[in-house]
Amino acid sequence: MSLACKQVWEHISEYLDHQLDPMLLREIELHLENCEICSAILDSTRNVLVLTADDRTFELPVGYSERLHARLRAVLQNPDAAPTKT
Amino acid sequence: MSTQIAQPRDEPALIRRILAGETQLFYDLIRPYEKMVYVTIYAMVRNEQEAEDGAQETLINAFRHLASFRGESKFSTWLVTIAMNEGRRRLRKSKTAAEDSLEASTEDHDGDFTPAFLTDWREIPSEALEKKETREKLRAAVQTLPPIYREVLILRDLEELNQEETAAALGITISTVKVRLHRARMMLQKQLVPYLKESGAARKGFFGRMFQ
Repeated sequence: MSLACKQVWEHISEYLDHQLDPMLLREIELHLENCEICSAILDSTRNVLVLTADDRTFELPVGYSERLHARLRAVLQNPDAAPTKT
Repeated sequence: MSTQIAQPRDEPALIRRILAGETQLFYDLIRPYEKMVYVTIYAMVRNEQEAEDGAQETLINAFRHLASFRGESKFSTWLVTIAMNEGRRRLRKSKTAAEDSLEASTEDHDGDFTPAFLTDWREIPSEALEKKETREKLRAAVQTLPPIYREVLILRDLEELNQEETAAALGITISTVKVRLHRARMMLQKQLVPYLKESGAARKGFFGRMFQ
């Protein structure tokens, strides 16, 4: 009994995270070997996530660290602002 | 992000020394996480200035409340939780709050999800990110996800927290993390794949391979 495409899509995220149990994994891999559409959906999802997580996608504004440190310096130098228990 | 940590750091020791008065060490403590804090907030608030202000507030708050960090979680998880709360606070305050309240705040159970169909996929190399338009499109896709899905995706796929840390940071169960992450990833696939396939970046790769 082979899996329908829709059943494969439901497990794409777990597949990418290597969280599928071995039996289901085997069935899905078998399906992927024979299904161009599901393979393309899997590959494109993986590709989209790699691009989204790339450091260049969400970049820091120029001067971010300098401005942050300047702001922190004012706080760290103020003795009243020492870490306290809350 | 996590890859920026070149060698194992003894964070509990650093924190003890900061609390004992060596406050200058706070810069060392947060250095690997400065970007994580900004990206977390920016992915939520969609505005660079808001994100930068929020990141500053987050790190100042982290300093002021450092003594309440119990070391039960990793420092990075604790910090990203503060960042996420700051992001939510700013979202509520901002004009987009009205839109967000209309977005899903709990799971919808219409289960019928269809991805973007295609019969083949030619991998888009990371060089495609040299195009500003591509980066903007990717950011917008993340930023416009409904909040409950966006938060999980930020922590799991951008900040690379594991399932347990993500569940703890958001106060949800691991199975909810998995369900939301799956939907978030599929929504990104559906939104971005048609664009990427048509974009110059994809065509360049295609022709590049054709004429080799």
